[in-house]
Amino acid sequence: MNTQNHPILLIEDNPMDVDLTRRAFTRRKVINTIEVARDGEEAIAYIHRWEAGESWPVVILLDINLPKVNGLEVLRELKTHPMLQKIPVIVLTSSAEDRDIQKAYELGANSYIVKPVDFEKFVDVAAQIDLYWNVINIPPC
Amino acid sequence: MTKRDRPILLVEDNPMDVDLTRRAFARHKVPNPIHIARDGEEALAYIPRWETGEKTPLVILMDLKLPKVDGLEVLRSFKNHSHYHTIPIVILSTSTEESDIQLAYQEGANSYIAKPVDYDAFTQIVEHIQVYWCSLNTPPK
Repeated sequence: MNTQNHPILLIEDNPMDVDLTRRAFTRRKVINTIEVARDGEEAIAYIHRWEAGESWPVVILLDINLPKVNGLEVLRELKTHPMLQKIPVIVLTSSAEDRDIQKAYELGANSYIVKPVDFEKFVDVAAQIDLYWNVINIPPC
Repeated sequence: MTKRDRPILLVEDNPMDVDLTRRAFARHKVPNPIHIARDGEEALAYIPRWETGEKTPLVILMDLKLPKVDGLEVLRSFKNHSHYHTIPIVILSTSTEESDIQLAYQEGANSYIAKPVDYDAFTQIVEHIQVYWCSLNTPPK
C-alpha cells in the first residue's frame, strides 16, 4: 500500500509549532504532503472534503486549544463519523491536565502526546511521531 | 502512579513471538513488567483483575489470530468496556489483509502494525512500539 500519496493533517493554530512540525517531518527524504488547518472550523471543513472524495490523511495531529471550535469537539466529530472514525488522530497539545487526557481517550483519540516546550525536544518528538505513524503504522486508507 | 510501574500486556499465542518480544524489551531495558495472555480468554480474564485494583497496562499489544476467543472479538470487548475502552491497543499481526486492517480500526484499535517475519526487523519494530507507547505517549489513567 502506498501511503505517500495521502496527506498528513496538522490542526494547529500556533505558527511556530506548525513550522517546527513541518521541519521535523521533512527530515525524512520521502514525505507525505502536510496540510494545515489553523482552527477548529477549518478542521471541520476537511471532513466535508473527505466526504466528497478527497484522499484521507494517514494521520491527523490535533491540538486541543484551538480558535473557533475546540480540539476535543473536532475529535468528537471525527470519532463519531461512520467512515472517518478510522483515521488515526494523535492529540498533540501543551495540556497535561488529567481531564483533557481522559476526555481525549474517551472520545477515541488514538494517542495523546504532550508537546515539549523546549525547541529541540519538540523536533525530536515530532520526528518520533512521524516515524511511528507515517512509517511503522499501517493506516486504514 | 508512574508510567514505569504499569505493565505492558502482550496477547500472543506464538511462544517464539512472545520470546522475541520479551528479548527486544529487555534489550531496551524496559522497566515495565510484561504480562502475557496466551489466548483470547486469558486476555479477557484481565478485566476482572483490573476491576479489583490491579494496575491497567500502558498499552496492549495484541495478535489478531488467537485461540479460544478471536483477537477482533477481544478488541471489541475491550473497546466496548465502559472503563477500559481508553487503554491503547496496538494490533501486531502477520495479516496485512485490507479487511483485517479496516475491521481493527473500526473496532477502535489505536494502531495496526504488520509483524515482520525477519528476526531483526521484528526486534526493531518492537523497540519502536515500546519507545512510542511507554515513553512518548501519555496514557489514560
